[in-house]
Amino acid sequence: MFDKLLKIDRRIIFIFVALALIVPMFLTITQHISVSPEVQIIYDTLKGLQPGSKVLMAFDYDPPSAPELQPMAVAILKYCFKNNLKVYIIGLWPQGPMQANMAIDNVISDPTFKDNPPIYDKDYVNLGFMSGNELVIQGMGSSFLHTFPRDYLGKPTHQLEMMKGVNNFSNIDFIVNLSAGYPGTVEWVLFAVDRFHAKLAAGNTAVQAPQVYPYVHAGQLSGLAGGLKGAAELEKLVGFYGKGTKFMLSQSFAHMIVIVFIIVGNAAYFITRKK
Amino acid sequence: MRREIPLIITAIVGFTYIIQFFVPHWPFNILEGLLTSWMLIIFAFAIWLGALNLLKVSLDKISKRSRDWPYAIITIAGFLMIAIPGFLFSGGRRFQDPGTAFDYIYQNVYSPLSSTMFAMLAFYVASASYRAFRARTKEATLLLLAAFFVMLGRVPIGDVLSSFLPEGFRMSQMADWIMNYPQTAGQRAIMIGIALGIVSTSLRLILGIERSHLGGE
Repeated sequence: MFDKLLKIDRRIIFIFVALALIVPMFLTITQHISVSPEVQIIYDTLKGLQPGSKVLMAFDYDPPSAPELQPMAVAILKYCFKNNLKVYIIGLWPQGPMQANMAIDNVISDPTFKDNPPIYDKDYVNLGFMSGNELVIQGMGSSFLHTFPRDYLGKPTHQLEMMKGVNNFSNIDFIVNLSAGYPGTVEWVLFAVDRFHAKLAAGNTAVQAPQVYPYVHAGQLSGLAGGLKGAAELEKLVGFYGKGTKFMLSQSFAHMIVIVFIIVGNAAYFITRKK
Repeated sequence: MRREIPLIITAIVGFTYIIQFFVPHWPFNILEGLLTSWMLIIFAFAIWLGALNLLKVSLDKISKRSRDWPYAIITIAGFLMIAIPGFLFSGGRRFQDPGTAFDYIYQNVYSPLSSTMFAMLAFYVASASYRAFRARTKEATLLLLAAFFVMLGRVPIGDVLSSFLPEGFRMSQMADWIMNYPQTAGQRAIMIGIALGIVSTSLRLILGIERSHLGGE
């Protein structure tokens, strides 16, 4: 029997994982989400910003990572717009600015912003994608206008109202980098923080987050949200519950299933080995 | 000269960037701005080169009927399906504006397809964990225990299951401890090692000691 368990068809595992992911989507169990100190720092920093402060959001991810990072983006954007913080969007990944637009659409569809929707060039600007990876960050350290001559819509950036008085990182109060790899948080730390002394927080995929933990401890990162759990924590703190919170139940069940399979696999391994 | 000129360019650019990092004043700040602009232009052309190379490699594969050549047809079809609407059917607007054909494909085809591909990893990770995560050695057991705490600690159910434990020993707190101390220590060691490797390799390149990228010896 245990030999059979060790050779279990992987399709059976797939079915269990699928059920663990799908079934919780139809359940309405409220989960208590504990907030980690790393995410709390992001919120505290955002909370410390005065109305009118400038927040630069770098969307360095594409659709595969959107399930984890998009809820973070939406939560932060909602907080910024609600508290009258000015948002500057850029992307070091070609798909980043489009993900930003999708996040903005999500904010606009929220009833909270029905009477006061975010307005382009008043509440936010999207400077679009620029190729060049970390060199773009380095260029922004000298001049935003030179690095991004036109915005996402093709308008010259020097004509944008929100760009008046924004020359480089010294004019930005807080940077939030949502990253799924290279170029991403590591590059923002190396150039924007170490070189130009910007204040930076990061939202990373669960896979990438462990890589940037040392930067939090060294004080180079003002907070880190990792994976879907990080998104759920952010949503809890800013008070806008979305997909991060909703999908945590699926993630809970999926993790449980994987752990159960690992325990069963090890039990079967040790029993058959004794024989 | 075919080797010397690239070596001289590498040395000039490398030293300029190193010096301007520590001396961000004239003339190095001007040089840095100039070189950065050049590199941004090269990056932009590299994207074109990459796209055209993808087409060339795929077309070669089809013409030679190489292994898995039908997939090359799908690659080219996918490439053209998103490039042509982007270039030709945006109705006078910019290709990525909301409501364009490109935007429609991005939101309704590319986005769900690529998310699906990534999401499928969950199934393979579960299957691979079942087969490979065995407490065969002391090190493997440690890894297994760390994975157990982090996986449970990263989801709310972990705290529910460990609610009987005193404050500070619950799953999320144990996971935080693992991430903040042993994990961070390991990451630091790796990062420092990588950084030293990058510094030495870069110096070898800038000084012209490492020449393998030029071909030949």
